[in-house]
Amino acid sequence: MDLITPGIGLVFWTTLSFLIVLFILSKAAWKPMLKALKEREENIDGALAEAEKARQEMASLQSDNEKLLKEAREERDRMLTEARDTHGTIVGKAKGDAKAEADRLIAGAREEIRSEKRAAQTEIKNMVAQLSIEIAEKVIKERLSNDEKQKALVNSLIEDLNLN
Amino acid sequence: MVLPRHMNTPAIKTIAFFLFFISGTSVALAGSSKGEKFDPGGTILHHVKDAHEIHVMDGVSISLPIIIYDDGLKIFSSSHFYHSEPKEVMIGDAKEHYYAYNGYALFHEKIYKLDHGALHIEDGHPHNEKVADFSITKNVSGMLFGVFMMFMLFIAAAKHYKKHGIAAPKKGIVRAVEPLVLFISEEVARPSIGHKYQRYVPFLLTLFFFIWFGNLLGLIPFLGGMNFTGNIAVTMVLASFTFIITSFSGNKHYWGHIFAPPGVPVALYPLLIPIEIIGVLSKPIVLMLRLFANITAGHIIILAFTSLIFIFGEMSTGAGYGVSVVSMAFSIFMNFLELLVGFLQAYVFVLLSALYFGAAVEEVHH
Repeated sequence: MDLITPGIGLVFWTTLSFLIVLFILSKAAWKPMLKALKEREENIDGALAEAEKARQEMASLQSDNEKLLKEAREERDRMLTEARDTHGTIVGKAKGDAKAEADRLIAGAREEIRSEKRAAQTEIKNMVAQLSIEIAEKVIKERLSNDEKQKALVNSLIEDLNLN
Repeated sequence: MVLPRHMNTPAIKTIAFFLFFISGTSVALAGSSKGEKFDPGGTILHHVKDAHEIHVMDGVSISLPIIIYDDGLKIFSSSHFYHSEPKEVMIGDAKEHYYAYNGYALFHEKIYKLDHGALHIEDGHPHNEKVADFSITKNVSGMLFGVFMMFMLFIAAAKHYKKHGIAAPKKGIVRAVEPLVLFISEEVARPSIGHKYQRYVPFLLTLFFFIWFGNLLGLIPFLGGMNFTGNIAVTMVLASFTFIITSFSGNKHYWGHIFAPPGVPVALYPLLIPIEIIGVLSKPIVLMLRLFANITAGHIIILAFTSLIFIFGEMSTGAGYGVSVVSMAFSIFMNFLELLVGFLQAYVFVLLSALYFGAAVEEVHH
């Protein structure tokens, strides 16, 4: 029966010592300990969050880099194409210009040749006409050198007239 | 723990040698006692109960201060009782004895006022007036030692954080303390109580280590079997703390469930409210009994195994030696088991306390 009857002395001492332990250890041990543990937990959480943030930043930086690289590549390609195009245009234009100039020169030369030829022809024609007139004059002079001849001519002319 | 193969044989030999040695001494001791008949029940109960001295071994004991309140405080050493001539009284047919000093009698570790210089026994019980006994008994001194250990350990551990800030400890006692503190705070208190758990952690930590240290102290031999966590007075006080804190933490929701159970017709209140009140009161009572019964039972079993040696030793010395090996092996096994039980019971007490606090502060969920 003694075993299950609480004694007043032990109740008193247990209450007293438990309360003293609770008070002193709460102040001197648990409070600094729990505070430090909480701070450590927060610290670790913060560090983890920061690491995650840094990781995300790294990832975004990397993707930025890739984007930049891609853009640079596209820019280069575009520039190359443009240069090629420009080159083609310039060369084509130069060719065209050269051809046009040559054509113009050739056409000019032809025109000159033609006009020179025409001038020469005119000159030749004039010369031929002069010579013809001179020859005709000489022939006429020779043919009308006596009366008979003049009579014969007039007759022939009259004959022609009659026929008409 | 698995021992390496080459360690097995020497380890077993060593254990066997110690078993033989320890049990041999026990039998020798049994043989050397006064020739009275060995009373295992009385011996075991005597060891389990509180005492006014620490009995180290036969002939060696530490006297403790007796503090009684009887018209003012009276303080004197218990040696005045134990070193006085024992006086005999008859309880039924059995001869019992008490010690008398300065008008007080110590009978079965209880202090009575002497009436005309004598202790009067009627119906097997002393009928003298009892006095309020605030002595530093075996259990109180054990408790004070446990408290002293707690101060040393935890204040030393807390110093680490003052010195090194929040850095994880690399050496020292704090490395052993920190995981336990974290365990109680994060694995016991937080899931059981909820977001308000931090208010209760200092109490739960103190409670856990108070009980655990008490349980461990009870396992140390040659301390007279300190058994303060196996004493109903101690477990009653500890359970009362849990009960008081639970009651003061109880919110509207908690008390509402007890005095106005939701979804129950008012006609049933006279039936349900007493049941709920019994439920509230039974929780600390169960806490009190569980710890008391577990620790006391453990002590009784270990003592019973040891007593077996003396019982058989009385029959014949040879039988005593024979039984001693077996009973020592069992007793050592029980000691290991009690190491586990000591931790487990401290954990269970704290876990249940935390669950009760959790129920008291729980918010309404709809």
